[in-house]
Amino acid sequence: MANPKVIVLTGYGINCEEETAFAFDKAGAKSEIVHINDLIDGVKNLKDYQILAIPGGFSFGDDTGSGNAYANKLKNNLKEQILDFVKRQTLILGICNGCQILSLTGLIPATFGKYGEPQVAFRHNSTARYECRFVDVKANSEKCVFTRGLDVLHIPIAHGEGNFYAENSTLERLEENQQIPLKYSYSHGDLANGEFPINPNGALLDTAAVCDESGRIMGMMPHPERAIFFTQSDLWTLEKEMRLRSGKELAEVGDGLAIFKNAVGWF
Amino acid sequence: MANKIEVAFKIDDTRAQVRKRRFNDFEFGEKIKEVFLNDVYTIDHDFSNDDLNKIGCVLSNKVIEKFVVDEALIPKEFDFAIEVGFLPGVTDNIGHTAKETIEDLLKMTFKDGEGVYTSQITFIKGQLIEDEVKAIADSLYNPIIQRVRIKNKAQFKEDLGMNTIVPKVKLHGNIEADEINLAEMSDDELLEIGKKGVKDPKNGEFRGPLALSLNFMKLIRDYFKNVEKRNPYDIEIESVAQTWSEHCKHTIFASPMDDISEGIYKKYIKGATEKVRKDKGKEDICISVFKDNSGAIEFDDDYMITDKVETHNSPSALDPFGGAITGIVGVNRDCIGFGLGAKPILNRYGYCFADPEDKWPLYRDQKRTNKMLSPKRIMEGVVAGVNFGGNCSGIPTPCGFKYFDKRYKGKPLVFVGTVGLMPKDVDGKQGHVKKAKSGDYIVCVGGRVGQDGIHGATFSSEALDSGSPATAVQIGDPITQKKLSDAIVKEARDKHLYNSITDNGAGGISCSVSEMAKECGGFVVDLEKVPLKYPNLEPWKIWISESQERMTLSVSKEKWAEFKSLMERRSVEAVIIGEFNDTDRAIVKFNGKEIMNMDMEFLHEGLEYYPLKTEDYKVKFDEPDMPVPEKLGEVLNDMIGRLNICSYDFISYQYDHMVQGSACLLPLQGKGKVNANAYVIKPRLDSNKGVVVSQALYPNYSEIDAYHMAACSIDNAIRNAISVGGNLDHLALLDNFCWCSSQDPKRLGQLKDAAKACYDYAVSFGTPLISGKDSMFNDFKGFDRDGNPIDISVLPTLLISSIGVIEDVRKCVSMDCKFDGDLIYVIGKTKEELGGSEYFAYLGEKDGKEKFIGNKMPEVDSDLAKNIYRKMYEAIQKDLVVSCQSVDFGGIGVALAKKALAGKLGIEVNLSKIDISGDVERDDYLLFSESQSRFIVTVDPSKKEKFESVMRGLPCDLVGKVVNTNKITIRGLKGNVIVDEDLDKLNGSYRKRLSKY
Repeated sequence: MANPKVIVLTGYGINCEEETAFAFDKAGAKSEIVHINDLIDGVKNLKDYQILAIPGGFSFGDDTGSGNAYANKLKNNLKEQILDFVKRQTLILGICNGCQILSLTGLIPATFGKYGEPQVAFRHNSTARYECRFVDVKANSEKCVFTRGLDVLHIPIAHGEGNFYAENSTLERLEENQQIPLKYSYSHGDLANGEFPINPNGALLDTAAVCDESGRIMGMMPHPERAIFFTQSDLWTLEKEMRLRSGKELAEVGDGLAIFKNAVGWF
Repeated sequence: MANKIEVAFKIDDTRAQVRKRRFNDFEFGEKIKEVFLNDVYTIDHDFSNDDLNKIGCVLSNKVIEKFVVDEALIPKEFDFAIEVGFLPGVTDNIGHTAKETIEDLLKMTFKDGEGVYTSQITFIKGQLIEDEVKAIADSLYNPIIQRVRIKNKAQFKEDLGMNTIVPKVKLHGNIEADEINLAEMSDDELLEIGKKGVKDPKNGEFRGPLALSLNFMKLIRDYFKNVEKRNPYDIEIESVAQTWSEHCKHTIFASPMDDISEGIYKKYIKGATEKVRKDKGKEDICISVFKDNSGAIEFDDDYMITDKVETHNSPSALDPFGGAITGIVGVNRDCIGFGLGAKPILNRYGYCFADPEDKWPLYRDQKRTNKMLSPKRIMEGVVAGVNFGGNCSGIPTPCGFKYFDKRYKGKPLVFVGTVGLMPKDVDGKQGHVKKAKSGDYIVCVGGRVGQDGIHGATFSSEALDSGSPATAVQIGDPITQKKLSDAIVKEARDKHLYNSITDNGAGGISCSVSEMAKECGGFVVDLEKVPLKYPNLEPWKIWISESQERMTLSVSKEKWAEFKSLMERRSVEAVIIGEFNDTDRAIVKFNGKEIMNMDMEFLHEGLEYYPLKTEDYKVKFDEPDMPVPEKLGEVLNDMIGRLNICSYDFISYQYDHMVQGSACLLPLQGKGKVNANAYVIKPRLDSNKGVVVSQALYPNYSEIDAYHMAACSIDNAIRNAISVGGNLDHLALLDNFCWCSSQDPKRLGQLKDAAKACYDYAVSFGTPLISGKDSMFNDFKGFDRDGNPIDISVLPTLLISSIGVIEDVRKCVSMDCKFDGDLIYVIGKTKEELGGSEYFAYLGEKDGKEKFIGNKMPEVDSDLAKNIYRKMYEAIQKDLVVSCQSVDFGGIGVALAKKALAGKLGIEVNLSKIDISGDVERDDYLLFSESQSRFIVTVDPSKKEKFESVMRGLPCDLVGKVVNTNKITIRGLKGNVIVDEDLDKLNGSYRKRLSKY
């Protein structure tokens, strides 16, 4: 299939739906922004889509924990529909708030196939403060559809609760299974090893993203949709000047687009 | 019986660790050993134990948290427990979400009056005396909106935890309108009502200030006596007071002043824009100015951009966090309420505070029971409030500044602004034009109405238990507004489901309905239909309440069903409260009884303006008489570490500035991440057209000459925009006057001067003023720690904000040096202009004295500046400029240092190469003079000739080059090295001052 259909969820304070839809479209998909209530009311149905995206934002103002109230709304009203969606050959991408929502609904990491059971958490950042800055993440998983063939990406984070936590046994299993597809790293690819601000939130194992065992469902704390243009990077004016001096054309796209291209290319 | 669920972490709680560190950092050394936090949900509804356990599960995250039902979750080790919860009636966002979650989980609904209330218990382990525990509690709560309870371990265990408190609002008010016998009142009585408010006929208490002068009171009395031939109801007087307020009618700007009969607003502000538009002719960029909630200029063929900057000063002094949230989400509504509804695309902020290290307390009363919040609390609360409001709303907040002076200690200034994007065409109609039609429903959407913000804040510290009156201070609820905003600007607007829309801000629906009714003629409102937060609110309160997150719309009868259904599906409450008509009457009914029936004309135009007089305010200040410091390198470190110059990256990092995917030039620039003073976004994902925003202010200059102060602010706001690639021909300005003691003819003299400069320079630069706001009484009258009276007035503060359109963002330039070997130029004329400068302030303060003001302040030569700005634009468009920094506080010395730090590259310059025409005789003055219209740029050596040829004929001095060392080396007037400083050291100085926050 050339142009997979993407449903980009919104409502209740999700706020990155437009740029997320745009990124998917730019990568060749056909996306549609849908309010969660239209899914609950049956106006729209997940069976009509191949990719589900839950964008970043502040659903319910982070009250009762980031993503918690939105995850509860999904679980209370759409559990069966989502599990049916997972069973098909589909993809799910959760970004930032969407990543927190995926972990709270138990769609990631779902080790031992236990979809629906939360196994990991994103706690308050080690600074206990919202952090908005560019980071580097190193791709680590060929299993994960979204990160295959990628190396280091320079993309931003913007969150208050991105400090990944899981029990040791879970961590071991995630490592073994290539279920940590992105890790905070230096620009040359060495892992941050917990060093702030290379690892901006204190996440265990420098975890920036988690996927399920199939590699088709990924939640990531950084925002690839905010790095799809050359001019979105924090250092693009320097990069531009380098290119001018070496007679090169200006680049068009940013590092984040590769995640969306991988998703679309999978179909 | 209320139930309680307590949630705590079962692994390390990072919030608690950071809280411990901050307690110890600021006050307690290493005394505090452990901190634990419990989140408490008090649920006012009968649930079975089984249901409560299900609720506990959804309110906690089982991977990291645990919960208990109806018992206390007690940490193993602690000495004290401090619980902080809200007072009755204060918005409890988390409680609200918990309630919604429970309703969705159990498919039930809470009855009216039931609810969920949250609080938080902080457990502390450490050997502390009682006063220290109390100091910690004071730092955790604000008595205006919160309650606190402290227990030691023994008591906590004996009581089995904290007591259960349900902060429910119960009002037993008289819910009818009262007739007020104005006709027979003496002048003294009229004056008293104008000052203290309507006297409640039942209990004899005054209801709070109306701010109506005796003259205005007489106009109202005479109108009812002679025209309506009856006594007014309380609600009618309140309504007039709101409509005629300084806040709504800007009486000082509108009144005749000296020989200016039309007032300074018409002559200088509006007059400037009219002149600029005429001068620009076909090149006019204005679309909608001075008539809507925001101003609007051209963006591209399909869109316009809007801008508005507001202040929220008094509420932020009382409740910094809540006040700042309310400020930022409030100005967002000025964007959503522009035309048919613009989409917010950028937030601005700006803070004037006292030094956060200032520990001398201030009190509102002589007995010193009512203490002001400390500058540190105010700063932290305001910064956090805009964080919460801006981040939750999904609007990037890159653009801002901080400015410190002790004269902001009595009242901080909190500027907030919002830029919007608006289609020119909405379903075949012009996007910026709105018109309520006779026969349309008056529709209220968004939040519900409570006693919030009626006549400002009145509060009581006894309000602890059930049955207490609601408090008057409001915490914003950004998510309620986000739902409203999305439903309006992303859906309803483009389906053209309404004819007009406006914000409910000051004066609540009394102002929004009567303002909008001007578009058609009149209105009838049925006040009992307004949705309330709690029952028994008196009609006048419903009418003027400033409860947030609400907008008023005019919806035609045919569109109502579709509009209502859309709002329901988006969880936005929408209610018809009346109808617009063309009767020229403003009518309000309550349960069928008419309690307001006035002439629209009198309501809006019935006030008269009284002439104001100004006086000369200029004084001669002492000139500093000190030799040139020997170690100018040390001085440069001190200068770059000053509060008004140092890094505020702690703010930039915590404000989401990349949401919407629009960021182009970020608030922190270069590898070294130095705070920039202009920002660029690309608001349309499918276009490379950009918007540049900046701002400037020089409050310290007001002391010397307010005319030149305003000129410098305008020049600086424009210059910042030019420095990143802005185009003078597509640039507009906004003015925010925050004055003090505006009954004082000298202060009015400063105001008139500043306004005149706005005219002269806006016209000369060709930059229209498209929107503005004033706040005229930023004065504090209180007592010091010895009970002595103390008055603190803010510096007359004019904030100029700039907004412009950039053809192609790929041409933009950042401030950081980029390659060693690049040439460094100083553009513009450097003179000995240090009056009011940071350097003079430093010279005074360094000796532990007051800051020096001096007299010879910068003046702006707008003809020269215009030439420089046009040529800089040309050079940038031709890719001839590698980096550019506009020179402001701290002059060339600071600007050079910032460029080096941002690029993480060294600099070698010789300032004797600057053509100073013998005007500057001291190295320190050369380094730190704040002469306007100057830039420092770096240029690729291979483009030297091209760059110099563009700048030919303008002051443009090649002073040195970027070097691959870790040093900044500056030679002075005689060619000798005057500064030779290590960049790491300078970087430390730049970041130290605010690093704890």
